Amino acid sequence: MEFARDLHLDATELRLGLPGSATKHSEKQTPNSNLAKSNKRSLPDMNEESAGSSRENSRTVSSNDKKSHDQETAPPIEAQVVGWPPIRSYRKNCLQAKKLEAEAAGIYVKVSMDGAPYLRKIDLKVYKGYPELLKALEEMFKFKAGKYSEREGYNGSEHVPTYEDKDGDWMLVGDVPWDMFINSCKRLRIMKESEARGLGCAV
Amino acid sequence: MNYFPDEVLEHIFDFVTSQRDRNSVSQVCKPWYKIESSSRQKVFVGNCYAISPERVIERFPGLKSITLKGKPHFADFNLVPHDWGGFVHPWIDAFARNNMGLEELKLKRMVISDDSLELISRSFANFKSLVLVSCEGFSTDGLAAIASNCSFLRELDLQENDVEDHRGHWLSCFPDTCTSLVSLNFACLKGDVNLAALVRLVARSPNLRSLRLNHAVPLDILQKILMRAPHLVDLGVGSYVHDPDSETYNKLVTALRKCKSVKSLSGFLEAAPQCLPAFHLICPNLTSLNLSYAPGIHGTELRKLIRHCRKLQRLWILDCIGDEGLEVVAATCKDLQEIRVFPSDPFVGNAAVTEVGLVALSSGCPKLHSILYFCQQMTNAALITVAKNSPNFTRFRLCILDPTKPDAVTNQPLDEGFGAIVQSCKGLRRLSMSGLLTDQVFLYIGMYAEQLEMISIAFAGDTDKGMQYLLNGCKKLRKLEIRDCPFGNAALLMDVGKYETMRSLWMSSCNVTLGGCKSLAKKMPMLNVEIINETDQMDISADDEQKVEKMFLYRTLAGRRKDAPEFVWTL
Repeated sequence: MEFARDLHLDATELRLGLPGSATKHSEKQTPNSNLAKSNKRSLPDMNEESAGSSRENSRTVSSNDKKSHDQETAPPIEAQVVGWPPIRSYRKNCLQAKKLEAEAAGIYVKVSMDGAPYLRKIDLKVYKGYPELLKALEEMFKFKAGKYSEREGYNGSEHVPTYEDKDGDWMLVGDVPWDMFINSCKRLRIMKESEARGLGCAV
Repeated sequence: MNYFPDEVLEHIFDFVTSQRDRNSVSQVCKPWYKIESSSRQKVFVGNCYAISPERVIERFPGLKSITLKGKPHFADFNLVPHDWGGFVHPWIDAFARNNMGLEELKLKRMVISDDSLELISRSFANFKSLVLVSCEGFSTDGLAAIASNCSFLRELDLQENDVEDHRGHWLSCFPDTCTSLVSLNFACLKGDVNLAALVRLVARSPNLRSLRLNHAVPLDILQKILMRAPHLVDLGVGSYVHDPDSETYNKLVTALRKCKSVKSLSGFLEAAPQCLPAFHLICPNLTSLNLSYAPGIHGTELRKLIRHCRKLQRLWILDCIGDEGLEVVAATCKDLQEIRVFPSDPFVGNAAVTEVGLVALSSGCPKLHSILYFCQQMTNAALITVAKNSPNFTRFRLCILDPTKPDAVTNQPLDEGFGAIVQSCKGLRRLSMSGLLTDQVFLYIGMYAEQLEMISIAFAGDTDKGMQYLLNGCKKLRKLEIRDCPFGNAALLMDVGKYETMRSLWMSSCNVTLGGCKSLAKKMPMLNVEIINETDQMDISADDEQKVEKMFLYRTLAGRRKDAPEFVWTL
């Protein structure tokens, strides 16, 4: 991903104090003994550095901020300092676990197609909405889903995308909002239209 | 009063319940001291190393309920090494050996082992209440012992502990004869629980009023539980993910209709926001709402929920509510007394609230007196406005995610803003500050914050004067914690007697030296001055000029503690 080179991994090294007077991110500071001396903020430098590491969507636009957009942004100060922001480890761990779960793990579901010899697995998180998902499925299984409408389902095709939800029911892909769909979809099945007529009965 | 028989005095003292008042009573004269001490049932020990358990037992033989606090507050933020201390076992052991009739135990930031839990469960026949806050060192096996052996258990309340989870067996250990539960909170447990046992337990606990579930309890079980416990006053929802059109969801709505007593709601550890409308039924009665562990609830769904909560007094929320959401709070929750806004993404530092939300709250909520606010930025103008709107603050904690950020508009330090707060809020007891701050803010605090008892400072101040203003001015100061400030020996040693009037002082990454700490320890034998030397940067023969990375000092009657690990030196 494009921001990888901006990560400046040495800049994310956990330390006890602020980065202090380090202006070059490549300068490696030895922990502790240097910090005891350099943890005093030098006001003018600090302002620029902290403005420089402000988030891109900071609301107040000051001249400092404008300058910083041209510089490479280091990870914000709060990510580098031990014990800051001051929230309980329990809470931090909960949020981090959730964040990792939500972002990294993805939502992998099995996809089966009637007649295909083996199943596939896709990550629903990768897609932004139904059009993208359907396109990916069509490419993966070499079929056409047809046009979706709320009244008639998928028109003009031999195959219908369906999914099993958390209640165990087989539903037509596309009826519910995307976010609700990816949170409730357990697996996908591309049914033949002839079978799909019986949708709603136990399969 | 000396002509009254002891029983009469004791009866009168029964009406004096707060520890501070009872302490005052005991200082009037010797007979009062004796009677008060022998009849006191509830004891609060703010620092478990300030006094020995034997002495507590000797003075309060009738003790039934004790609260103990262990590690310094900054341990919450990983500033205190893992095995620094705070072990509760000596206390449990002493109580057991002396046959104390212990009924209630509340611990905060302490280390408690499964053995200690087992000992509690076997030694105190009337044990009724166990409350553990931010503790560690135990597993669900210890909980199993409590469940199995405490026949009259009323309360098991686990708040934000680090518990080793050996799966759901412990819940099944409550015997069928246990019907006394009033409060059960296991929201912090990470593992699965035996859901059938949980439902049966709820069914046989007619007095159950407070129940907080962990993430492993799904919505269909929640629904079953609510059907069996319609008198719940405090509910913590576990996992709340479902399809709003399903039968289970409809059953939940039916169950919620019957829960007319719920005043406090929390949890939603996994939440599908589209299912929230079920809870709109409950919202009008809520006085307390904690959604600070529910990042999945934000935006319009959150605002809709809040609009139903007109009686809210306490709100804990994540900053994804945004300034806009806080404006909804300000417009809706006119009874609001306490609010905490936590950062939803502390690792990236993108707080979604600013000074705008804070000002809205202070304008809209006249009863607001306690706030914890993590934000992107702040301005002096906003703080001055807040000070004018809300002179009733007793607790004011502001945390700007970038700790040395100046006024977002003027780029000035935030001295004037915080100065206005302390000047206006004459009842302020607790303060935390952040942002760019000079010695000036401490001058203001010393001048105006007469009731201040606890203050937390980080990355602030310019010279020793800052800390000196503080120590000189705040007569009621009990707890002072400082990190990354340029305060040194001159400030530390200015008024050594002051530390005997306080519970504790923490200083880390400041300019105090080993020599300064040694000097202090020498002058004040009633203090334990601990140097925490984690990374072996110092050895015993270290030069006195070397700066001390972490120092924690506290007054004590118990002398130097015997359980200090190698890296902690008591000078």
